[in-house]
Formats: sequence, structure tokens, C-alpha cells
Amino acid sequence: MGMTMTQKILAAHAGLDYVEAGQLIEANLDVVLGNDITSPVAINQFEKCGAKNVFDKEKIALVMDHFTPNKDIKAAEQCRQVRNFADKYDIKNYFDVGQMGIEHALLPEQGVVGPGDAIIGADSHTCTYGALGAFSTGVGSTDMACAMITGKAWFKVPSAIQVELVGSLQKFVSGKDVILHLIGMIGVDGALYRSLEFTGPGVASLSMDDRLCIANMAIEAGAKNGIFPVDHVTLAYCKDRFQREPKIFAADDDAQYDETIVIDLSALRPTVAFPHLPENTRTIDEVGQHQIKIDQVVIGSCTNGRIEDLQVAAEILKDKKVAKHVRCIIIPGTQSIYLHALRQGWAEIFVQAGAVFSTPTCGPCLGGHMGILGKGERAVSTTNRNFVGRMGHTESEIYLSSPAVAAASALTGYITDPTKP
Amino acid sequence: MNAHGIVHKYGDNVDTDVIIPARYLNTASHAELASHCMEDIDKDFVNKVKEGDIIVANKNFGCGSSREHAPIAIKASGISCVIASTFARIFYRNSINIGLAILECDEAARNIQDGDEVSVDFDTGVITNITTGKTYCAQPFPPFIQNIITKGGLMNSIQK
Repeated sequence: MGMTMTQKILAAHAGLDYVEAGQLIEANLDVVLGNDITSPVAINQFEKCGAKNVFDKEKIALVMDHFTPNKDIKAAEQCRQVRNFADKYDIKNYFDVGQMGIEHALLPEQGVVGPGDAIIGADSHTCTYGALGAFSTGVGSTDMACAMITGKAWFKVPSAIQVELVGSLQKFVSGKDVILHLIGMIGVDGALYRSLEFTGPGVASLSMDDRLCIANMAIEAGAKNGIFPVDHVTLAYCKDRFQREPKIFAADDDAQYDETIVIDLSALRPTVAFPHLPENTRTIDEVGQHQIKIDQVVIGSCTNGRIEDLQVAAEILKDKKVAKHVRCIIIPGTQSIYLHALRQGWAEIFVQAGAVFSTPTCGPCLGGHMGILGKGERAVSTTNRNFVGRMGHTESEIYLSSPAVAAASALTGYITDPTKP
Repeated sequence: MNAHGIVHKYGDNVDTDVIIPARYLNTASHAELASHCMEDIDKDFVNKVKEGDIIVANKNFGCGSSREHAPIAIKASGISCVIASTFARIFYRNSINIGLAILECDEAARNIQDGDEVSVDFDTGVITNITTGKTYCAQPFPPFIQNIITKGGLMNSIQK
């Protein structure tokens, strides 16, 4: 019986020729990641157990992105603890304010992660790097602490759902609509403990930004990881960027999948997830125009803070004004994306439109800072979760969407179809 | 190893944001996290929870973020065990790693009610609803997982 792409990467990292679903293995890791919220807990564990050194100072990434630039004294103290740790152990990939970006936008861009890697991160959206053809999954701080010491983690080898993509996306329909559509089909636990393996002729038409967005939200279906095959788009993205040699793994022809779901990209419409679960999806046609009045728009996050996301927002907002009752907050994923937006004139478009254009931060996505919602307020957000209280007050509401829907909605003040201006 | 306490019952998809809202993630203090446990789903939880109590919930408990602060807050609030139909995978792994006992048992999760008195035998996986007299059988922990939980977490269990 053949192996899935995920199984082949796990087998290679466990020094085994063959693994099967359900098998417990110990894998060597290429990258261990933490952020300013999860790393302090891991560092406390690391120090408590008397560890003398990290397994490899080149293979640990620490990104200060959630509550930065420090939102309060406690956040400052957490960053200080991580900064001291990074100094003490000479951690190569430590990213602080000025260099940092949102971790899952930053690490692919900086070439810290790439094809064939096995990666764990103390952040649930670590599954993003599956877009590059890596096995990558979120864990907690204790696993991060152990992995910083040993360079290893144990895994139960997952079975997989194959998601076969055919066709190609229409204008103003993006990777975000693909993943929201899929989560709407299978539910927030539809892929629990399993891999989502994206395959099929439609993959080639998806940009790397679309793939990163899709893999990013695999966790919102409960998946252990999401993964894309490595093709010319991946290799072009990694060229002059990835710090190591790409290792290309492909699923066997006779790989076994629990089930296969076919998605015709050409048929997808802009899709919105209603409060309070990412599975509560409706197409923009089902939402209707001028039905849902909003108070805030957030365009950014590890899901949608990349170049193509800001590009489509700029295209829609150019020479227009954000509705008077709407606060529109646009946050680039990294410093390099920020610079690109400045050079392309997008930053000026955003400011002229009446939006704010911020330094990179996870900020509002998790209700940290930079755009908290009050009682009864509604936001359209390109982030990944719309749980109760996620962005502020427990009686606020989050509607998840693509950057195109979010930008179009910012202009009208209602959830709006970007394809029908 | 056993647990025994009064049940606090919740529904499907209890996410880590309601278990411990991100606005409190600027601390790693267990006591401080416990003081906000379940705040956005059950404001009264911290006032009514007693040492040894048990949380019972339906499917996909702990979905969302990887924050270990979520099982830490639950454990530090005095909860001795969480029983659910299913758990989100990162929460499941984190709970064992920090020494919070958790059991998957759909039948128990569906039938046990808020306020019931329940006991759990971790050696056999038997869950007893003392209030109704009904028993349910969960998969017991293998010895190495029991060892992690008894020692108070993965790091303690690997320390010599």
C-alpha cells in the first residue's frame, strides 16, 4: 500500500522506509517555532528541567508578533524573556520589532522553511508551511520546549483526506474562498487528527499566496496538517529564498486516502463564514447585498496579510472612500510586504481611502490590540477564526472573508460582493 | 489514579478562546490564568468550580489555538478530568503534556448532565455517574501516559 505525501515526509524524518496511519514515530525536526505568547511558557519549561543548551541554534525560530509592538507592560516582559533567551543561546532566527513579521508570512518569505521539511511550531497556524510541500503542524509550549532540547517530536502518523482541485479561480475569488468552502463542507472537526492533501490539476493555477492561505486554515477543519505538492510555482517561490536545498516528496500513485473531495475552483464564489464558527459559510450570493451592516474591516493576519491580499485591496479601494461608519484596518504580514506596498503606491491608496495602514502584528486577529471590537459590533475580517469574543467583546461578531470581500465591504459599510461593484 | 467531582457541562466546539481569552495571554502565571478560566463561555465558572470537579463536553473540545494556557487554566482551576466526545488534537496533546487527565467517551459525554456527581477510574477507563448510577467505559490511558499525568506533565516525567 502506498504512502501519502505527509506519510513519506514523516517516514524520511523518522529514518524509516515505510509508515502507516496510526503508527507512532519519533521524527527529527528541521525547524522548531515559537512566538511571544507561547515561547515564554516553553522557556519556563526548558529552564525548569535544567537544559544546558538548545539542540541546534540554526533550527529554532522565535518571532515576536502577537502582542507587538508591545501592547502593555506584561507583553513587554514576555518579549524581554524571549529576547534574553535568544541572546543567551545565540538563536539565529530571532525576529523582533523592525525585522519581525507575522510568523507564518515571515518564515516562508525569509526561506527559513521549505519543501520536504518537518516543522513544529507552538502556534496552531504552523500548518501554513504545508503550502511549500513540508510537513508542518501546531503543538503546545511543552512540545516546543522538548523539541528545543532534543530536536525531535513524536507523532501518530495521520491518515488523509484528498482534496482534488480542478479548474481555476474566477476574478476576485481566492484561496480564502477555497478553504472557507471546504470547511463549510466538512465542518470544524471534519479533518480531525488527519491530513488534508491538496492534489489535482487545479493546484497549478494557484499562486503561492493562495496556497499559503489554504494550508493556513487546515487547522480550522481540525486537521493535523494541510499539504500541497511541490511544483514549478513552489520552486520558483523558493529560488533565491529558501536557505537549504528543497527536498521533493510526492504521494505514491497508490496512496490510500480516507476519502476524496473534489472542488471545482471555477465554480467557487466569494464565501463568508458567519459567527461564531468558520464552518458557518455562505456564498456572497446567499448573503445578499446590503443585508449585514458592519463597523470594522480588518485586512491582514497570517491568513491574508500577503502581497496579493494587499494588491486586491488596493485595486478595490483605489480612488474610493471607506464608508463613514467603518473603521478599516490594513496590516501587512511582514516588513518586506510593507515596503512593497509603499513602493507600489498601495499605502497611499489605503490612507487616501480613509483606512489605517499598520506595522505588521497579529494584533486584532486574536483580540490582542490594534482593533478590538466593542459590544454588539460587527467586523468583516480576513483572519481565520470567528469564535465568540475572539476579536473583543463576547457580544461582538466576526464575519470571515477574503481581502476582496473585505475591501468591497469597507466601501459600502455592508458585506458586499466584490464581483458586483 | 482516580478523579471524583461535580460536573460542569458544555456543548460542541468549546474553543480555546473561550477557555482562556487571548487578552489574558500576556501572562504565564497559572493562578492568574485560572482566575479567567472559561470566562467567555461561563462567567460563573471560576466562582462555582471546586477542587476535583470534572468538565464534560461534546465534540471537538479545545479547538482553535495551540495555547497551552488553555489546559493550564483548566488544571489550575482545580478540574481533575475533562471528558468529551472528541478533543481537538493540539489540545489533547497539550493536556497530556501538562498532566491534565482527559478522556474521550461519546456515550458519557452525551448522557452526563451539569451538576451530576461523577467518578473516574483511570486504570480501567470506567466512568461512573454516581447521581444516576450509570457507568461508561472509555479507553484507559496506557501506562506511559498515566505516568506523565501522575508526574504532573511531560517535562517532570522525563526529568531524572
